Amino acid sequence: MQPNDVLIEMRGITKHFGSVVANENVNLTVRRGEILSVLGENGSGKTSLMNMLAGIYFPDAGHIYMNGREVVIRSPKDAFALGIGMIHQHFKLVDVLTAAENIILGLPGPLKLDMKKVTKEIRELADKYGFELDPDRKIYEMSVSQKQTVEIVKMLYRGANVLILDEPTAVLTPQETEKLFQVLRNMRAQGHSILIITHKLNEVLSLSDRVAVLRKGESIGTVDTKDATERSLTEMMVGKKVDLDIERPDPVDPIMKLKLTNVNAVDHEGRPVLSNVEFEAYTGEILGIAGIAGSGQKELLEAIAGLQPLTSGRIQYRNRKGHIKELTEMSAQEIREIGIRLAFVPEDRLGMGLVSSMGMTDNMMLRSYRHGHSFFSERRQPRELAETIMKELEVVTPSVEWPVGRMSGGNVQKVLVGREISSSPQVLMVAYPVRGLDINSSYTIYHLLNEQKKKGSAVICVGEDLDVLLALCDRILVLADGKISGIVDARTATKEDVGLLMTSHGYRGADKEAEA
Amino acid sequence: MSQVSTKEPLFHIVKREGVTFVRASLIRLAAILLALVVCAFVIMGMTGMNPLSVYAGIWSGAVGTARRTWVTLRDSAILLCIGFAVLPAFRMRFWNIGAEGQVLVGAMATAAVMIYGANLPSWLLYALCPIVGVAAGSLWGMIPAFFKAHWNTNETLFTLMLNYIAIQLVSFAIVYWESPKGSNNVGLINNQTKAGWLPSLGGNNYLLPILIVMVLMVLLYLYMNYSKQGYEIAVVGESENTAHYAGINVKRVIIRTMAISGGIGGLAGYLLASGVGHTISTGLAGGRGFTAIVVAWLGKLNPFAMVFVAFFLVFMEKGAGQIATQFNLNENASDIITGIILFFILGCEFFIHYHVELRKREKEAAKA
Repeated sequence: MQPNDVLIEMRGITKHFGSVVANENVNLTVRRGEILSVLGENGSGKTSLMNMLAGIYFPDAGHIYMNGREVVIRSPKDAFALGIGMIHQHFKLVDVLTAAENIILGLPGPLKLDMKKVTKEIRELADKYGFELDPDRKIYEMSVSQKQTVEIVKMLYRGANVLILDEPTAVLTPQETEKLFQVLRNMRAQGHSILIITHKLNEVLSLSDRVAVLRKGESIGTVDTKDATERSLTEMMVGKKVDLDIERPDPVDPIMKLKLTNVNAVDHEGRPVLSNVEFEAYTGEILGIAGIAGSGQKELLEAIAGLQPLTSGRIQYRNRKGHIKELTEMSAQEIREIGIRLAFVPEDRLGMGLVSSMGMTDNMMLRSYRHGHSFFSERRQPRELAETIMKELEVVTPSVEWPVGRMSGGNVQKVLVGREISSSPQVLMVAYPVRGLDINSSYTIYHLLNEQKKKGSAVICVGEDLDVLLALCDRILVLADGKISGIVDARTATKEDVGLLMTSHGYRGADKEAEA
Repeated sequence: MSQVSTKEPLFHIVKREGVTFVRASLIRLAAILLALVVCAFVIMGMTGMNPLSVYAGIWSGAVGTARRTWVTLRDSAILLCIGFAVLPAFRMRFWNIGAEGQVLVGAMATAAVMIYGANLPSWLLYALCPIVGVAAGSLWGMIPAFFKAHWNTNETLFTLMLNYIAIQLVSFAIVYWESPKGSNNVGLINNQTKAGWLPSLGGNNYLLPILIVMVLMVLLYLYMNYSKQGYEIAVVGESENTAHYAGINVKRVIIRTMAISGGIGGLAGYLLASGVGHTISTGLAGGRGFTAIVVAWLGKLNPFAMVFVAFFLVFMEKGAGQIATQFNLNENASDIITGIILFFILGCEFFIHYHVELRKREKEAAKA
């Protein structure tokens, strides 16, 4: 490595949050014109390390060098001045303003704003790197991927030479991801350095030049991507060999458990979100649900859970004795009251499934606090359950009273899944169960789903990673635009089959977005 | 790029966790002492008086005699009670700033029972006064809750406006009840018979309201922290989505909680009308419905912590009256002192949750 290749060097960076060690003596180098992946499990300190580069946090100890000269980054403003821009997981855009207005927001300029000139400059910038962006469009009219584009262009417009992206693909469809990668490659070709935080190994391998691996706040090492494989990277990340195969036991005596007939639903603006949805779920199987984001997955699960009112259709449930119960028009509470154990892990873990300011114990009570006739709630059992989950699922938390909102994403998900399966549910519905989770946690979750399946639950799993769905599920139901475009056998179907079904009905929707 | 300094910032702020109760208390104590020192300079600078004698004046005004002490304690209890009235609503993130109105309506209903029921058997009158007072406050609290639950109206504006309606209602009632006629004043109700007046305990007129509020404090603490309903309030306050998911009937919880909130406000109104003022006027609550919000938040919605805040505020208020007469100072002088002390107390919360690290690179370099 020639010394002038190195653009940024972080040396001995340490950052603690109270008793939590985020980074301990971390070293990292970024070269000019490269894409560097920062890889690590949940809580390994990737995001806090990047935040220190972007001026959000200030390191407790350590030095940062840029072009061989020591720099001190005290604030995002300092970072900008050094040409470092970070795109966070949660976008920081003003919804009612246009893309162009957001991009110039906060920049110094003449008293009279020449929006035409700004718009033209933004267009040129977009063309240079191959972005699809309409500067005059309002943020609230944009899809997630378009908002992300605005964030990236915002950084480039401000002259960022080093771009940090925190899990940019977590919210994108495969097509959008590919588009983003193409843009990033164009940027690299123009001499920009790009740091990308991600969990997805296939993305790391296809995109980056080098990979820096963190584990438990410490830097494990940096390798050239061409010398790395999924297996070797996983080993570096986890610290031991990990079996990357997902088991798939065969269903035993499948019995129809849940039946949806001609289900229709609309959102609060009256637009249809589910149209004529019909399917059956069986005991002892995992039914996968695939689809482009926003094709009705969320509404489908919420309809079954009694949280989304139907405009028409029926939802029926067969209990152990073979009696059919009508769930149509029942609220979540009524379903529970008639003794149906229906577990639901919603997509929005902290906004719906858990109360973020409460500890594990109080969150266990969310399902059980009504038990008994006493005016007061029982806390001993929830506490025991919390302790069991903490031990068995290896939840990392200082205590069962620690607010779950302050745990890392993987631990939050373990708490939620742990609570839901603790009721030995007859139907278990999970939405994006491994989103944002590292490899170890993901495999724990797959294993838990399989255990429920073996116990005879009907498991319904909404997922985004088709490889995983194809390896884990027995059947895959594909949603497109609120309609079922097909149900395939996961043992024989290919990724291409499912991909085609995903876009078959919904293609108009996707087209519209691309045009705009 | 050259404009970026290469110096480490002079200080930066680091979050800290696990501060022990003792340590936090010490920080708070230090803040109060520091505030008193600053106040002393302010007093000397503005009035040229000896700050210690001003402090002594405040002390004497609040707890200088047995009677003053009892009044301070009783008024603290009333303010605390109104603080308890907003607490359940605030735990639910329902911004009830209508305690003033809920207190007034409760007081008005109590006064009505005292006036129209003067000839009832005394046990019945004693029972009716609190029941009617609490019920009236409760109903007054349920009005904004009902609209919030069903049509998602803004509770802040709604409860605020209901305060003015309550004041107008009381003005209207005074026209009927005024005594003597034309005085625009209700005067002491049942001054001769003392019918419906909160009884004294062992000859002490101040003790019973204080005891009632203390019992309420314990009950409220248990309700909020250990009951199923208290748990529901916390969940609804945190996220309505989660509440729906858990099968909690959000509408019912909102209305029920505001019924409790308003009911406690009504109880404070009952204590004021039957136990303190023995009358009804538009100024009976005297802005305490708003001060109570300060009590609730400074006490971090913890009933026990709120005791100290309520006592402190009433203590300073009583002291203000004393130094106004004793030193011929404007009553606002005490407001300045209260303000400075509050500023320090609030400011010290920052130092409890964060600590400031000074530049240390030089030190490290020296070590290396």
